[in-house]
Amino acid sequence: MIALLTQAINLFAAILLILAFAMITQRRVLNLVHLFTAQGLTLVAATLDVGYLTAQHHLYVSAGATFLLKVVLLPILLHKLIDRLQVRWDVEPLLNTPMTMLVGILLVAFAFNLATPIAALSSSIARSTLGIALASVLLSFMMMITRAKALPQVIGFLSMENSLFFAATAATNGMPMLVELGIALDVLMGFLILGVFMFQIREQFDSLDIHHLERLRED
Amino acid sequence: MLPLTLGASELPLTLLLACPILGAALLALLGHTRIGAEVNVLVSAATTACALWLTAEVARGTTILVYHELFFIDSLNVLLVTLTAFVGFTTSIFSRPYMRIERDQGRMTAPRMRLYHAMYQLFLAMMLCALTTNNLGVLWVAMEAATLCTVLLVSVYRTPAALEAAWKYFILCGVGIAQALFGTLLLYLAADRLIGGGEGALLWTHLEAVKTQLEPTILSLAFVFLLLGYGTKTGLVPVHHWLPDAHAEGPTPISAVLSGLLLNVALYAILRCKVLADGALGNGLPGRAMVVFGLMSVLLAAFLLHRQRDIKRMFAYSSIEHMGLITFAFGLGGPIANFGGLLHMTMHSLTKSAIFFAVGHAAQKAGTQVMDEIRGLVQISPTVGWGLMLGTLAILGMPPFGIFASEFLILTSAMRQLPWAAPLLLLALAVAFGAVLARVQPMVFGETNVKRLPHPPALIPVFTHLGLGLALGLFIPPFLVNWYSRAANLIGG
Repeated sequence: MIALLTQAINLFAAILLILAFAMITQRRVLNLVHLFTAQGLTLVAATLDVGYLTAQHHLYVSAGATFLLKVVLLPILLHKLIDRLQVRWDVEPLLNTPMTMLVGILLVAFAFNLATPIAALSSSIARSTLGIALASVLLSFMMMITRAKALPQVIGFLSMENSLFFAATAATNGMPMLVELGIALDVLMGFLILGVFMFQIREQFDSLDIHHLERLRED
Repeated sequence: MLPLTLGASELPLTLLLACPILGAALLALLGHTRIGAEVNVLVSAATTACALWLTAEVARGTTILVYHELFFIDSLNVLLVTLTAFVGFTTSIFSRPYMRIERDQGRMTAPRMRLYHAMYQLFLAMMLCALTTNNLGVLWVAMEAATLCTVLLVSVYRTPAALEAAWKYFILCGVGIAQALFGTLLLYLAADRLIGGGEGALLWTHLEAVKTQLEPTILSLAFVFLLLGYGTKTGLVPVHHWLPDAHAEGPTPISAVLSGLLLNVALYAILRCKVLADGALGNGLPGRAMVVFGLMSVLLAAFLLHRQRDIKRMFAYSSIEHMGLITFAFGLGGPIANFGGLLHMTMHSLTKSAIFFAVGHAAQKAGTQVMDEIRGLVQISPTVGWGLMLGTLAILGMPPFGIFASEFLILTSAMRQLPWAAPLLLLALAVAFGAVLARVQPMVFGETNVKRLPHPPALIPVFTHLGLGLALGLFIPPFLVNWYSRAANLIGG
């Protein structure tokens, strides 16, 4: 049973990586939200698993908080946003799909390379997944940078936070409770602010295309 | 190890953090009454009083640890706490007539004024929390919260340009701050191996005590992430792109506190991490990384100054230049360079916020931020004109202002420790001097095109800051020298 659960952590990590790849290539906003929800669920499962294996009960609390925030609350809010803003379709990425995949694979290789010496030093049972966590963080960065629309950028931001959270669980069996709660609060606030912003951008530009935001040129 | 007085002085620190938080709640509840600005000033004044009390408590070089070691005060952060509270106070004085004029001109509405005042106090509270916390995780949370407050403040005019600047600010700083979180995570990983998990493993004082035993591989990677992450917020090149937009499009009081305070707080976070990384690595690598980032920022910003058309953008680039110089100084390390860096931090905060105060009123008088369209300020309003001129001379490092003294210290230590960097710095300073002075001179002197303002501008803060900068340039009292030296020793190098 224990061996099976230890294996399961690697499974969850692999699922997270696949989801991250699915997200960077997904063009429909609604599907992005579904993928984000799936990512949240995987995260909850991984946290519970690590919590059970290491008998760290604070991880159960943080798994519960993650479930409420990232599987229930944020997806509901995202669905509401999509309904109100009518942006179900057509996200044009700045890079085409094959190119995105290629860059993504390079990022994963880079992340694994970076994480190997550290994972070797970690005493956590899930240390082998640190590379995957870092890869997911980098893939989310890429999603934030290459998407032209506001909503996918925000989902990129949220998925990056998910990946960081997984990194925390994988490498150190979770950060101290106080810090985790603070991070969750910041993410929620940030999301709410971005949501309000999207309405304001829409009001000002009649579109959520970030390309309209190019008046301030680089000097 | 420094002498610790555990649990002895919770009161001033509690009040220091409670004042702005309660102030924010009060201002949010008060709504859009006319006294919002006055309450804002009063709350900021109370915060400053608490900061001075706290300064008196630790004046003898003691370290205070309170609330299960969650907060701590030593010579280094009390310096920045006092500076933050003071500049927050003077900016609130400046903001009172400034925002009233903005409201008369229709750029602000009553509900936005309420948001503005509440967020202003919350922003100050988060910066003070970031400065005083002992927990590196809480430091991250407070930095992110401060970012969120300023995102709302930058976008408060709701113009397309303001929204764009705020969006860019949020996304870029979001990426940056996520890197800092990963860095914090790695630090926790290193500490976890050494002193066990739980709250204690992220407490800076605990980490500092075992810094030489921290795993060097992890710490070097952690420092890279932390430097890039918090460096984004400090405005270091090449992760500075949010800074000019956020400074130019937000209200001027916010430009003043962003430049004068938030950049300092982010740099403070880097410094705390550098102490740990230095201890673990013992090879000076963190310092060298900071030297490189600092030098790049100074050079790039100096050469971009002359291309600016917008006055607030120009001074935003000047902030990048100065933050680069300070980062460079701390990168050099050693008591003199650190002393110079801390002095420069103080001087830059005072001078740059004074400049933004003058610039704010100048732009209101001319009805534009485009420099070519602002002419002859002294004819209509000698105080604003001279405030801008003297501030500019001060920020460019003219003696006898304080920036001359701190730049002199930094340059001489550069010549001693890193001879090849000194000519580059001198070149950048000379280029910046020419570029900024050529822009500011016609704005201040010559034929005028500006109009009078409906409310008298608040110029006391401008001349208070410049006067302080001048006084410290002429003579630094011995107790301040001791204080700065103690703080400089804490950074090490």
